[in-house]
Amino acid sequence: MSKITLALAGNPNAGKTTLFNELTGARQHVGNYPGVTVEKKEGVYLHDGYELHIVDLPGTYSLTAYSVEEVVARDFLVNEKPEVIVNIVDASNLERNLYLSLQFLERGIPVCIALNMIDVAKSRGIEIKSQKLSELLGVPVVPIIARSGYGKHDLMKTAARVAEEKTVQKPLQISYGDDLDRVIQEMEKEIISGNFLTDTYPARWIALKYLENDELVLSKGNAANPALSEKLTGMTRSVTAHLEDTMDTYPEALLADYRYGYIHSIVRKGVIRRKDDENRLYTSDKIDRIVTHRFLGPLIMLAVLLMLYQFTFTYSEVPVSWFEAFFSWLSDTVSTALDQGFLKSLIVSGIIDGVGGVLGFVPLIMFMFFGIAVLEDSGYFARVAFMMDRIFRIFGLHGSSVMAYILSGGIAGGCAVPGVMATRTLKSTRERMATLLTVPFMNCGAKLPLLALLTGTFFGKNKALLMFVLTLISWAGALLVAKFLRVTIIRGPATPFVMELPPYRFPTFKGLAIHTWERTWQYIQKAGTVILGISVIIWAMMTFPELSEKEIQRFEHQQETLQISLDAAISPSEAGHIRKQLQDIDSQEAKERLRNSVAGRIGTFMERVTKFAGFDWRINIALLGGFAAKEVVVSTLGTAYSLGEADAEAAKSLSETLAKSPSWSPLVALSLIIFTMFYAPCFVAVVCIIREAGSWKWGLFSMVFNTLLAFTLAVIVFQLGSLMGY
Amino acid sequence: MYRVNMRKMEDNQSGVISAVRVGGELGRRIRDMGLVPGTPVRIQGRAPLYDPVALRIRGFTLTLRNSEADHIEVEVA
Repeated sequence: MSKITLALAGNPNAGKTTLFNELTGARQHVGNYPGVTVEKKEGVYLHDGYELHIVDLPGTYSLTAYSVEEVVARDFLVNEKPEVIVNIVDASNLERNLYLSLQFLERGIPVCIALNMIDVAKSRGIEIKSQKLSELLGVPVVPIIARSGYGKHDLMKTAARVAEEKTVQKPLQISYGDDLDRVIQEMEKEIISGNFLTDTYPARWIALKYLENDELVLSKGNAANPALSEKLTGMTRSVTAHLEDTMDTYPEALLADYRYGYIHSIVRKGVIRRKDDENRLYTSDKIDRIVTHRFLGPLIMLAVLLMLYQFTFTYSEVPVSWFEAFFSWLSDTVSTALDQGFLKSLIVSGIIDGVGGVLGFVPLIMFMFFGIAVLEDSGYFARVAFMMDRIFRIFGLHGSSVMAYILSGGIAGGCAVPGVMATRTLKSTRERMATLLTVPFMNCGAKLPLLALLTGTFFGKNKALLMFVLTLISWAGALLVAKFLRVTIIRGPATPFVMELPPYRFPTFKGLAIHTWERTWQYIQKAGTVILGISVIIWAMMTFPELSEKEIQRFEHQQETLQISLDAAISPSEAGHIRKQLQDIDSQEAKERLRNSVAGRIGTFMERVTKFAGFDWRINIALLGGFAAKEVVVSTLGTAYSLGEADAEAAKSLSETLAKSPSWSPLVALSLIIFTMFYAPCFVAVVCIIREAGSWKWGLFSMVFNTLLAFTLAVIVFQLGSLMGY
Repeated sequence: MYRVNMRKMEDNQSGVISAVRVGGELGRRIRDMGLVPGTPVRIQGRAPLYDPVALRIRGFTLTLRNSEADHIEVEVA
């Protein structure tokens, strides 16, 4: 069986992913291109004794060196040398799609064109003569419908033939007008005689890239032969000056003009037949009249976002509860099977609770990715970006950022983990980084128990209003910090918006299912391994060192004494009373253990600093625990106030305890609320940030920066409040 | 026939692109999408906050920020 490597390339929205899924089905593997967060999908297609190894290149409009996607696609072509490129071209949008094809042809790589969506084109009154197109371009053109799989065998057979024949594809030569053609020829001569990069690229292509000032080729050229490279840049400079004087344009612009001119001339040679005007309104445009309408548009968007939110967080409740039930059953089973001791504590509190906490997110993640996939594949996402861009741009962000903020808790009760992962839909790097570093400021569902506890205890009357204000504060905080990051460490001009509004399409179920599953699986794999380690560390910090022998004996002694009197108790009321005392002792012991542990000692030590924000050692430990998961803050506070495990019932008594405690006041509560909203994300979120940002440094940054920010804000609140006499 | 800046065009107004006066990444992106001199274009509409603008060119819809449209000159009837 002969093996062939095939690269799938094309414009975004041309149906590339649909075709890839149709060809490879479940036989696909998703990874990352080395060093970048661009997804790399690979799969295998078996047919007629061929084994086609298919690599899905990122969707691009061009092959410049401006975006990560384009660089990745170009590097792949150079390094992995695919035997054939299947260039998927949207038949209903032929001219712009051929612009990329032209660049492959100029590069002289064997290409086979897949003319996709011929059905859509037909319904739009467009008929394309694929035979004619093939003759004019000099490469095979196969009409297909990726959604239904029509033409896919034919396409693969043709692609395999192109690869087998090993025809040396002669690079396409386009005329770029007298001025440029002359200089291109001179450059070509220099390049060929100097053997300049010609092992990798065609000479004419190198000349073109010098005229385009292509950074990647220029730097390669400088490394290979500085003198010749300088000569070529000099030629570019002189022709640029000439063009600016005579035609008020420059080479890069002229090259694009002539490429489009070439495409236009091909298309007009009987390739395309239209029944009506190419710019007439289609159904999709009529939908847009309503969906992006000045007044209706924002209302519809709000409704859709609420639905996504509802779908992700409400409908996932049932499967989430199954997961929770399973893990609590597991921890019960293990608890009864093992003897009391550290092994049991490690397995139950460290491993099962930690891993269970992460896997508990899985249904949530699946629902979110499914919802997002529907919005993405249908084309609605682009409309949201279109409508929201004006606002988000002010803060150095992109219209698409809104989705990540909403999911993270922009409407109180989301989760930063899906929020961080949702930033994948952002294509512009700087805007994406600023978004993913600020989404953890939103009030996620895990912060809510603490916020509800504190607002309920100290601001009972205005609870609802305060929660609303807190939501506004989190938005303001996130957007302002994003702005701050964009003028400091992620400084740089706004990435051009220039975005296509693709026609609305019905997503295919297969596409949605594959999309959802692969992203969820990545989450399980990556998060699962790291998180197991961290939860064990946190468990150890809150467990060791143990209390001294003397202390343990003291508690045991008290327990034994009470146990004896319990056995001797006559009346049920007396027994009840003693049981209560026993519980108190247990809680007392748990509190002392916690205080004596590494975490407790850190908490106590930290009091020196945290007192400026009004936090005592109990709050410090709780906040340390909150790094594991924000829900833990409330339960740790419960333990620290020796209430035993603070569950739903205990929350009431915790509220009472806090209200009575002298170290608490509404001001401390407010300071803690602000701190909780802004400090380090939980470690699941940190792991996701590291993964999505592509470097552990960003994870570290978000922990340190957020905590410093939160602390500063809390100190300001507490000190100002104290000055004002609260 | 006279030339206007694309930002100044009204909804549903048509014209033919006469110049794209920007280089670098932005210029490249704009040209990659087929906004080159000689291309017919129609303003399809604007976002609720009047920015970005949606255009119809070569049979598809493209959106640009007003600040990006500033670099494009269109000849209108």
